[in-house]
Amino acid sequence: MLNTETVDLEIEQTDPDDWDMVIGPKRNLLDLRLRELWHSRDLIMLFVRRDFVSVYKQTILGPLWYLIQPLLTTIVFTVIFGNIAKLPTDGLPSFMFYMSGTVIFTYFASSLSKISDTFVANANMFGKVYFSRLAVPVSILISSLIAFAIQFGFFLLFMVYFYLRGTQLHPNWWILLTPVLLFIMAGLGLGFGIIVSALTTKYRDLRFLVQFGVQLLMYATPVIYPLSSMSPKYQALIRLNPLTSVIEAFRFAYLGSGSVDFVQLGYSFAIMLVAIMIGVVVFNRVEATFMDTV
Amino acid sequence: MSRNVIRVENISKTYRLGQISAGTLTDDIKVWWAKAQGKPNPLLKIGQEDHGNRDEEFLWALRDVSFNVEQGSVLGIIGRNGAGKSTVLKILSRVTAPTSGYVKVKGRIASLLEVGTGFHPDLTGRENIYLNGAILGMKRVEIDRKFDEILAFSEVEQFIDTPVKRYSSGMYVRLAFAVAAHLEPEILVVDEVLAVGDAEFQRKSLGKMGDVAQQGRTVLFVSHNMSSILRLTKEAIVLEKGRVVMRAPSPEAVDYYLSAGNARAGERIWEKDEVPLAATPFRPVALRLLDQKGRVVEVVRSVEPFTVEMEYYLDAPLTGLRIGLYLNSARGDQVLTTFDTDDGARFEKYVSRPAGHYVSRCEFPRDLLNDGRYVLGINASSYRIRRYFMDEQALAFNVDTSGAPGMQWSEPRPGALRPRLEWKIENK
Repeated sequence: MLNTETVDLEIEQTDPDDWDMVIGPKRNLLDLRLRELWHSRDLIMLFVRRDFVSVYKQTILGPLWYLIQPLLTTIVFTVIFGNIAKLPTDGLPSFMFYMSGTVIFTYFASSLSKISDTFVANANMFGKVYFSRLAVPVSILISSLIAFAIQFGFFLLFMVYFYLRGTQLHPNWWILLTPVLLFIMAGLGLGFGIIVSALTTKYRDLRFLVQFGVQLLMYATPVIYPLSSMSPKYQALIRLNPLTSVIEAFRFAYLGSGSVDFVQLGYSFAIMLVAIMIGVVVFNRVEATFMDTV
Repeated sequence: MSRNVIRVENISKTYRLGQISAGTLTDDIKVWWAKAQGKPNPLLKIGQEDHGNRDEEFLWALRDVSFNVEQGSVLGIIGRNGAGKSTVLKILSRVTAPTSGYVKVKGRIASLLEVGTGFHPDLTGRENIYLNGAILGMKRVEIDRKFDEILAFSEVEQFIDTPVKRYSSGMYVRLAFAVAAHLEPEILVVDEVLAVGDAEFQRKSLGKMGDVAQQGRTVLFVSHNMSSILRLTKEAIVLEKGRVVMRAPSPEAVDYYLSAGNARAGERIWEKDEVPLAATPFRPVALRLLDQKGRVVEVVRSVEPFTVEMEYYLDAPLTGLRIGLYLNSARGDQVLTTFDTDDGARFEKYVSRPAGHYVSRCEFPRDLLNDGRYVLGINASSYRIRRYFMDEQALAFNVDTSGAPGMQWSEPRPGALRPRLEWKIENK
């Protein structure tokens, strides 16, 4: 490595030219290269389009699957956890309780699991042409966001339906916090996703870990139970999960049960920043040479 | 003098040989933990040595490669398989980073290591044009502007709204190439992607490449096909075992490349480690060029017959084996192909060959070849069953035409053949 540094110095002295690009053995690990990402916005949108068009080609129900997935999940939860296990739902109709948790948790879960496949799934393409590698995770965040928007609209329809039937739901001004909550969810999905994606280039076992880890994580998140139903000891544990505050706040804003805890949200935000930072470092490291190891 | 637009400075690239890690995360952590405590690697079997990071474990794909490329020049890169061509391209394309050294680039660079990167089978031709274009670095408006041109070039107008998975492979490749051909970078780095499609389309693609060069853009072109190197580039770099061994005007570089690797002029001897395992039971020994007195020569006289002999072992009996010779000009144009069992009677006689030591010898008549440099390739195969061994550039030699017909005129005579033909001139 000493060697490289001497070479570097020599170039500085003898090379006054205005090069547009320098390809070297090391990249600045903390550099997000956002300008490059911005230049690939057309590509990002085309990736988003591709993901949408290709997933539901040759299916009968097509985009309806975006609605069927959360609907069936919610129904199953309602029957099993609500009617059979009779878990408390803070006085809310269990259907709405489960749906609120499922919809926003799914945004995180699907972003995370798709992003963590970035390098392995695109190895072929990455091996042939360079473009901002972050374009792939970002496009996944966007297409997951669109899927979320569809499911969220569906959720709002059910809110209207329950309201018309006379159920007491308490949407409130905290709704304005929604973009912040989504931002934290996206950031967590991106951060942890790119960490895993970078590590899977070497350790394929992480892929399996993520696939079912996300399912297990749901049980450590107040998706199917309210945080308030836990004993203080477990509550403290569940609060360590950065997703907890987001789901609680989301549910409080739209349904009126749960909590908005700024300390907790701040904690989630901090975890998100740390995850993204670590993610960018490992992503940048792996990106430079992953074609040699994948 | 025009300025440099690419400067490659001392780049090296090493690859770890063998396994990259213990394989799973837990095993790697165990190894790391043991090392941190100063204990031996727990995963090693007893008696096995710990190699650590010794130099032999690394493969040097490139070693201190430096070169400059001037604006507007078309530079060829040639070398045998494993010489490091693809690694240079990958580094220039930023697909992988060099282990040490720097590459500096001035201007917009695009690389074509493959056509149709990112094509999605479920998307239509139109959608794939946009997607592929964007992956190659084009902006949406740019693709909009060139769309009709791309479509016309691809000749698949009729099917542009059909998913590409329904395309024939020819259509697929044409569409993919059409997008690539309409990239307009200041510097273009191209791998052997031109060798796609049918002959007609290849001609068109080569033409398009020639246009690019004439528009004053800089092109780096890697190919195995010496005639396209000669046609498209004025200058070429020869890579050998990860180093630049020569940079010269293309004809000279091509010549060097074609004659490099011979153990001795007029003879190609295959060492054990040069023969792939897949060749078994065929084991090549040597290919020799002999003059009419039976001496190994590098130059043959066109007015004398010469012999090419292939010596080999069969470690097991083979059915249907035929030894083929390819004679090509140094520019890559094919002159002729011949097999040792072309003759019907010999074909019947050698339906199967028992294990043993063989020589297949072919005599070329006098007054056959024109002057110039030729390349002999060798192939051992059983028709429609298996190819055991092949070396397309086994041996290069020169033909000297002193005494050949027409030598009273000093002008160069085009064509690979220079037969002594019977002319009659009548005075009517």
